[in-house]
Amino acid sequence: MRKPRLIAGSLLLASTCLAPAAFAETLDIGVTGELASFDTSQVSGGVWESQILMDVYEGLVKKSPDGRLLPGMATSWEVSDDGLTYTFHLREDAAWSDGEPVTAEDFVFGWRHLLDPANASKYAYLLYPVAGAEAVNTGEKPPEALGVASLDDGRTLRVTLDAPTPYFLQQLTHYTAYPLPKHTLERYGDDWVKLDHIVTNGAFTPVEWVSQSHIDVRPNPEYYDADAVTLDGVTYHTIEDRNAGVSRFRAGELDVMREYSSSMYELLRDELPGATHMSTYLGSYYYVFNHRDGHPTADPRVREALNLATRRRVLSEQIMGGTFQPALSFVPDGIAHYDAQAMNLEGDMDARMSRARELLEAAGYGPDHPLHLRLRYNTTDEHKKIAVAMAAMWRPLGVEVEMINAEATVHYQTIQEGDFDIARAGWIADYNDAENFLTLLHTGVGNNYGAYANPDYDALLDRAAETLDLDARQQLLQRAEALALEDDALIPMLYYVSRNLVNPALEGWEDNIEDDHPSRWVHFAD
Amino acid sequence: MLSYAFKRLLQAIPTLLIVITLAFFLMRVAPGGPFDGERALPPDIEANLMAAYHLDEPLPQQYLRYLGDLLQGDFGPSFKYKDFSVTDLIQQGFPVSLEIGGLAILLALALGLPLGVIAALKRNSAVDYAVMGTALAGIAIPNFVVAPLLALVFGVILSWLPAGGWNGGALPNLVLPVLALSIQQIAYIARIMRASMIEVLGSHYIRTARAKGLSERLVVWRHAIRPALLPVVSYLGPAIAGIITGSVVIEQIFGIPGIGRYFVQGALNRDYTLVMGTVVFYGALIVLLNLIVDLLYSALDPQIRYDD
Repeated sequence: MRKPRLIAGSLLLASTCLAPAAFAETLDIGVTGELASFDTSQVSGGVWESQILMDVYEGLVKKSPDGRLLPGMATSWEVSDDGLTYTFHLREDAAWSDGEPVTAEDFVFGWRHLLDPANASKYAYLLYPVAGAEAVNTGEKPPEALGVASLDDGRTLRVTLDAPTPYFLQQLTHYTAYPLPKHTLERYGDDWVKLDHIVTNGAFTPVEWVSQSHIDVRPNPEYYDADAVTLDGVTYHTIEDRNAGVSRFRAGELDVMREYSSSMYELLRDELPGATHMSTYLGSYYYVFNHRDGHPTADPRVREALNLATRRRVLSEQIMGGTFQPALSFVPDGIAHYDAQAMNLEGDMDARMSRARELLEAAGYGPDHPLHLRLRYNTTDEHKKIAVAMAAMWRPLGVEVEMINAEATVHYQTIQEGDFDIARAGWIADYNDAENFLTLLHTGVGNNYGAYANPDYDALLDRAAETLDLDARQQLLQRAEALALEDDALIPMLYYVSRNLVNPALEGWEDNIEDDHPSRWVHFAD
Repeated sequence: MLSYAFKRLLQAIPTLLIVITLAFFLMRVAPGGPFDGERALPPDIEANLMAAYHLDEPLPQQYLRYLGDLLQGDFGPSFKYKDFSVTDLIQQGFPVSLEIGGLAILLALALGLPLGVIAALKRNSAVDYAVMGTALAGIAIPNFVVAPLLALVFGVILSWLPAGGWNGGALPNLVLPVLALSIQQIAYIARIMRASMIEVLGSHYIRTARAKGLSERLVVWRHAIRPALLPVVSYLGPAIAGIITGSVVIEQIFGIPGIGRYFVQGALNRDYTLVMGTVVFYGALIVLLNLIVDLLYSALDPQIRYDD
């Protein structure tokens, strides 16, 4: 928001000549949750957390307004032919906000800190492609065994991987791969993260934090590109009630409101057409089938029938008012190096329903023995509406749905334990790569709630993980997804979209598939 | 009186201990833990987390550890808000909740008491019906309807006041949340005061006072209001404790950094230490306010004495 500011000295000048009016331009962003910590190893995974952290820290690579990779703390890098060794050359003028240089040591230190079991980081596994990372994180090896090394007096960082990882550079934009200020951690211990001591290496640095109210950041004068940062600061307002966030945006108190509620989309689109953004996003909304023995959904005929009877367009348009996109695949449309797959749902709805009826009959279900399903979802209005609609779509097949809802903590614990036939789940990608979704169907993976197990699928994914050639890898991943869709491994339902309210006077704020919007690119149009 | 107060405070210790014990074990009985979420954690990482917070120890040992820390005034770290300890969170949030809640109670008393008295004096008149009808509406319409409505009308449409935000407690930011928080209290207090006034006005000593030929004004001011306040005072004890410890609805809608949300969020996140911290704090506050209410009783009603 614009607030008039007196430049130092302008008071003196005011009497003699007319000083040009100067405006301090602070960007006010409404975010839907509270940052867990400025210690990147302690973050809990909210969208709002990446927004704040990417403004105050910078990794080896960073993102452009439209989401492309750009050099960050590293100006250039080389990858060895076997794809296992990355050599990053750090920029000469990289500095922490206290003026100390950012060195390769800070990356080595930060990554070891993340993986040190003593720090119990939830997202440590994102660095598992680095050689020795998993062993360090499980305490089998000391942090020094991690495959990162600082060379040339800290100007070069060499990273060794366990296996070629085509999305490794993408992953480096995630906050788990940021450096940490070794010098202040050593000086202040756990208190390094307190605002009195914290130093950061991004375009901004935090100056105030009132829990549950706001975080203020100011431009970091030591940032190598400080001259290009035009904002005078950013305030992130914690606004958990999304409708309240919309009110505050409409009252002009916010320049950006992230993740406004989907139920307000139609109203906002009509009322604030220039400010209401909605864009494709890297997220999938799906129902998990329980593949474990003894559940009706272990029968492929049942799964196919339910998939056939699911009307995605009705869900997206009539139930959700256009705030989701209909999905025929698990991996969302628009992901990098990937052609979206699609389920084979031939024929019009009548043909699909009669085919579904035949399948259920063949599986032994009928009027005398109706299919009874226990559907679990975590308690929100949105999930409830969708669950009710799904039950209604399946009812013509004689399917009886028992709906069970629970708060998120209980829901996920219950479905991990396998106590369901069908369960609601959603996945927002950690990085822009199909593997991040497909691994959720790999045998034995923690988030494979339905225990889908197909050795051929696993083999394709394992081969893809070792394939360096991007095109060949893409083919393998696509074949894997096609196989899972053919097995009706799950019910792809909707793709998430990103929803933001953005002051039309802002420039440098672009919709992108990862919904990342570094504030350093943003400025007010004059 | 002092020895009575001291005795009551001593009695509070076992009460709080029971509250702490119940809360501690109930919290652990609830399914799910602080690290369960949408994304299952790899077992090793979960084990690291459990060890870091001593959650891998047997429950009785954790309980004793908690009591030991508590005796030293340490509420422990928050599982969710990692850069703050539970003490930090309460210290930062309570003054805010106290300010909003305190103002709301003052406003509620300033409006609720006179409205109740007037309604009682004009019993069964149009004024009475109007006041009680409005009060009933005030009780019936929940906070989560009133608060967004106020924000919409005064913040968005009229632009007279901020639609939300705390802004360090600036006056314009205080108006709507205080108003939203006090509406129900005004209504409750008016109803209690009316009922109690009617009862007092029908009692023997008021009849005696009138028979003595005192003016109606003196009867009301000197003899009726004071005893009629007793039920309001006993209502105020727990009500004040409830209000100054924040309202999750008001805080979320107006973006106020109070402690009300910690009760709810702490429980939903299974943030054990935060839940325990707020329960202990709230429990202690209730004990204290109830004591104050009892002491006020003796000030208002000479028949009540705690001299033993």
